[in-house]
Amino acid sequence: MSVNFLIHRAKEIQAVIDANASEIEKLDQEIGDGDHIFNVQRGIKLVLELEAVIKDLPMSKALNQIAMKVLSGIGGSSGALFGTLFMTMAKGNDIDNGVDYKKAIEIFADGVEAVKQRGKADVGEKTMMDVLIPVSNCLKKGVEDNKDVKEIFQEAIEVAEKGMFSTKDLLATKGRASFLGERAKGHIDPGARSSQLMIKTVCESVLNS
Amino acid sequence: MKKFMNSADDFLKESLQGFGAAHQDIVNCHYDPNFITRATPTKEGKVALISGGGSGHEPMHGGLVGYGMLDAACPGFVFSSPTPDQMLAAAEKVDSGAGVLFIVKNYSGDVMNFQMAAEMMQGPNESVLTNDDVAVEDSSFTTGRRGVAATVVVEKIVGSLAEHGGSLQECKALGDKVNKNSGSMGVAFSSCTVPAAGKPNFDIGDDEMEFGVGIHGEPGRRRDKMKSAQEITNELLEAINEDLKPEANEEILLFVNGMGGTPLTELYLIYDNAKNMLDKKNIKISRSLVGNYCTSLEMQGASITLTKLDEELLKHWDSSVHTAAMRWGV
Repeated sequence: MSVNFLIHRAKEIQAVIDANASEIEKLDQEIGDGDHIFNVQRGIKLVLELEAVIKDLPMSKALNQIAMKVLSGIGGSSGALFGTLFMTMAKGNDIDNGVDYKKAIEIFADGVEAVKQRGKADVGEKTMMDVLIPVSNCLKKGVEDNKDVKEIFQEAIEVAEKGMFSTKDLLATKGRASFLGERAKGHIDPGARSSQLMIKTVCESVLNS
Repeated sequence: MKKFMNSADDFLKESLQGFGAAHQDIVNCHYDPNFITRATPTKEGKVALISGGGSGHEPMHGGLVGYGMLDAACPGFVFSSPTPDQMLAAAEKVDSGAGVLFIVKNYSGDVMNFQMAAEMMQGPNESVLTNDDVAVEDSSFTTGRRGVAATVVVEKIVGSLAEHGGSLQECKALGDKVNKNSGSMGVAFSSCTVPAAGKPNFDIGDDEMEFGVGIHGEPGRRRDKMKSAQEITNELLEAINEDLKPEANEEILLFVNGMGGTPLTELYLIYDNAKNMLDKKNIKISRSLVGNYCTSLEMQGASITLTKLDEELLKHWDSSVHTAAMRWGV
């Protein structure tokens, strides 16, 4: 994983998110306050605007720049949570001397753990953690079991989708949807949907490389 | 969507510019990152009070910056929390050495961003988390009660203590006390539209109201059919009383807050109806506030806040204040 890899994935994510924007917005209007899609789109745009600044930086500095940009540029919960994800990944041990897929999975898993702490949300609370935590666990397990890299990422795509759909029947206990109580049931969480799309995009690009 | 705007991207900037220019005797607006400070620097040794939140709730918080209240406010995008860089820049500008007290409404985004700012900050700081909205059950199954209109009361009362030499710890303790002694509940008749979204935040029928609504139009306890003002007021007060349990002859502040789209005529009518009910219960209204302080863009609706007042709270409520939105005693 290089800085160039991050920039290319961000561009692909932008296209996928834009293509699904109205669906995500609708999900958020059903159980949230309708701003999630704008936050995500703004965040991706800001990251892409960093291209010239970060393309020749070492990985830790590039990730840190992305973290600060996401944190200050998005605002809301998304900014704090994605900012925490990248800030933690930037602190990964020895990442400036090359990041192979095992290292990438390690720092991603650390990042997800930090996001879990920041948002105080776990699996089963109808948030993006219903996608991120299972994906992180699946990736780590794949490495531990010495699975083939393509198999690991194929599984992650499936786990992400399953996690996303699982939010539909959950009661929300975190974030604004929690105020809905029973009324939130039957709706997929918009944050779970946008994270699942991002995971899928990154994993597919690894599979196709 | 019909709004006074030129483009969604410039909406906040132009509004802040207007606010800064209109009240240049009271505030200074700073941009990139956005924050509002008093026009005059913080007195040396005075605890600096910083609040903030999504825009769209004006005059909260920018309109509450000034003598006797806040030292700085950090406005986020409409209905979106401000970010740590704003809090840090504001703190650097207004911290006079006595520390910074952050006043934060209990909404996930606000809590996380203020928490990150507090972690990144070098100097002494404390936070008061407001959660006065009795519509939401405070349990491990929810994010917890929301911080709504009582935040204005917290800022007024703690602002006075800070102005009169209270320490960081004393200010924090008083803030927690005001919050604990306050309860709020709101009702919405119509939705509101975030400029960048272009369409209403939620759908609501012509004959419906959202009972227990939050300050972004997020759902409350239930969707009801419209009722008379007295019935609505009674139900709001019953919910607050059940939580706050004011005793007979206890002194309270009755704060009727408009959400942006309800005229003062109706807010005073609510005040009258609330007084009817509180009088019957022998609860003594010793201070009042009526107006649009904690709004939700153009949403039609109102909230009622009660704060139990003891001598200390009364003294700090009455002390002089000079902000764009609240001014007395000067």
